[in-house]
Amino acid sequence: MSNRVSKSTITRRTALKTLAGSTGAGLLLPGLAGGAFAQESGPIKLGFQVHRTGIGSAYGRWYERVATAAIARINDMGGINGRQVEMIAEDDGTDPRRGAEVVERFANLHNVDAVFGPLFSHVVIGAAPRAGELKMPYFVVSEGHHVASGALNRYTLQPGITDVKSQVISMAPYVAENVGKKVTMIFPDFAFGHDHRDFFTDAIAAQGGEVIQQIAVPPTETTFTRYFPSIPRETEVVYHVMVGPGVLTFVREMGEFFGGQGPALFGFIDSLEAVDIASPGLEFLEDSYFWEGMPRYAQPDQTPHEAAYRAAVGVDENGASIDDPRDVSTYAHMFGVWETLAVMKAGMEAAGYQGPDDRQSLIEAVEAMSDMPLSDDHPQGDKVFNGRTHQVFGKQSISRVQDGKLVRVHQTSIEDTLYEDEVDYTAQSF
Amino acid sequence: MTDRAKSYTLHVGIVVLLAVLFFVLPAYHVGNLARIMVLAVYAIGYNLLFGYTGLLSLGHALFFAAGMYGFGMSIHLWGTPTALALVLGGLSGLVVAGIVGFLALRTRDVAFMIVTLMFAQAGYLTILYFGPTTRGDEGFVVSDAGRTLFGLDLSDEATRYWAALVLLATALLGTAALVKSRLGRALIAVRENEERAQMLGYDTTRLKYIAVVLSGTLSAVAGAAYAILFGYVGGTFATVQYSIFPLLWVLLGGAGTTIGPLIGVIFMFYLIDISSGFTDAYMFIAGVALLILCLFAPQGIAGEIRRRGLKWLP
Repeated sequence: MSNRVSKSTITRRTALKTLAGSTGAGLLLPGLAGGAFAQESGPIKLGFQVHRTGIGSAYGRWYERVATAAIARINDMGGINGRQVEMIAEDDGTDPRRGAEVVERFANLHNVDAVFGPLFSHVVIGAAPRAGELKMPYFVVSEGHHVASGALNRYTLQPGITDVKSQVISMAPYVAENVGKKVTMIFPDFAFGHDHRDFFTDAIAAQGGEVIQQIAVPPTETTFTRYFPSIPRETEVVYHVMVGPGVLTFVREMGEFFGGQGPALFGFIDSLEAVDIASPGLEFLEDSYFWEGMPRYAQPDQTPHEAAYRAAVGVDENGASIDDPRDVSTYAHMFGVWETLAVMKAGMEAAGYQGPDDRQSLIEAVEAMSDMPLSDDHPQGDKVFNGRTHQVFGKQSISRVQDGKLVRVHQTSIEDTLYEDEVDYTAQSF
Repeated sequence: MTDRAKSYTLHVGIVVLLAVLFFVLPAYHVGNLARIMVLAVYAIGYNLLFGYTGLLSLGHALFFAAGMYGFGMSIHLWGTPTALALVLGGLSGLVVAGIVGFLALRTRDVAFMIVTLMFAQAGYLTILYFGPTTRGDEGFVVSDAGRTLFGLDLSDEATRYWAALVLLATALLGTAALVKSRLGRALIAVRENEERAQMLGYDTTRLKYIAVVLSGTLSAVAGAAYAILFGYVGGTFATVQYSIFPLLWVLLGGAGTTIGPLIGVIFMFYLIDISSGFTDAYMFIAGVALLILCLFAPQGIAGEIRRRGLKWLP
């Protein structure tokens, strides 16, 4: 009987219709299905906005490895508030429009509890308004001054990595005293480079030094040779910072131009992130100086906390992947992901976080944080978080290339990196 | 039912359907549709020039960015009232399109593509050059006051959706009316055979100039709308990538059809959105889909529908 009923009622056409309908519903309504199971009993879901493709992919690859290791560690420690943590990663293509769409996917499709991870400034600035509208805690690992400048909103925080302004102003005293006072700057001709140009020019002037030439390199540039003749003869220090796929070409061409002679070099490690310093043609970097957020090469005084972190993220003592020594990490920046996740965990625990209704409490709990001492949670070093500006401050390192390796020669204090507040996010409503 | 009545019913039906979807779809897709509708306006603007007049521009990001920055900078620098800033956004596109059209239309075919591409690149580099003012590639966030129009908070999900729908409806119905008008038919005549149109007494240079200005202005309005509805202005939107996007949307949806741009944006948006849930190579999938469509439906989705039956599709 039942066979007959099914024969007479389920035709090929209706079966196809049903299949098409259910497939369509599955594609269209996963948010609804997920929502039914998302709340309070399941894992805490964290959306990881990652630059897997586009100009930020070298950073994104390592940010993802660090995030995976940090989440595994958190889960090994019992999760957050007794719940395991699930990371959902989405590629934003290092594009601001896609970044905003990814934030939307996290909020309305995956129903995550918070989002973390974006690095490139334009992506952060493009996506932060959407995070604010969706009332989604948005923990960026960007270095940009845009958080502390007040350009974003109460839901956007940067508790895991210091910003360009604090890095740059803390470099100036050492440069003026130990490297030289007449500085020529070479920087990318877009906002990140302009921050370097503006903040360092003022900072070195305050130390009795002077920027005698500013050379802006368009981001579309693929060869840099024609810019080097603009460096004035009286230059004592070339301050360089470059990002993107052209960094190795930039550094090699600079070496070809100077040929081991010329002024002292002070660079931001951004010019060499994910690049092996032992690459052919980079020998001229011997004795030059670099800012590092966290020293790539394991230093003799490496703390046990850093050693544990280095092992957890799979990086050897030269800053490369344990599995592939040619795969050099973005070590100076990627600790920010680890520390951001530690702050998110601490914030959720302080807020007694249970679900999306507690998002405001999470923001307030993080805003209430201040001292973050050196620990397994903060392997880069001591930090001080400013809840009003949503920005963390920490020690910076200056390393010198010696025998083909970066050796730390100076570490700033946290006080060296501080500046006046430019915003008070806590005065903004939710 | 006459073809005109069918066309009217179709376009109004699409607008009504989009209105109904607001109440039916989950929040995620409502947010997506708001973005899709604004991008579809951009595609409709592009389609006016490419689909109906036959001029392939590779520099429309310049017009989109002109509207975006015309609106955004006037808010950011001078605190201009939002309504006036929106007008300034549209005007920026009109002026830029007027200048570009005047110069670029001295060329044709491949040279026109190259010249428009170069203008757009110059526009992008101009944004970077004046970085201290424009904030270059990094861009800036539009203030809350700048996103409030006639007392309506356009950052609100529902308000944003309805605002995007009003804009799309205006562009869609306006285009449908335009292509059936004397001007629209003349533009199609230029596309089909410029020499013949000239022989019939049409000033084709003037017609193409009008098409560039209309297309550029509509693209600029979309750029300004994007800034006000999504709160961000940035140099990325002036890159060549954003000149290629409308070309792909229109090719996929159907060049020279009124509904093609909307279909193309929806198709491409969800193709990337869904495939990105499965693989990082989502742009590869988009590329393969484009290749398949070009091979088997060279006139795009709406174009294929028109070829196979709905001959009245405008």
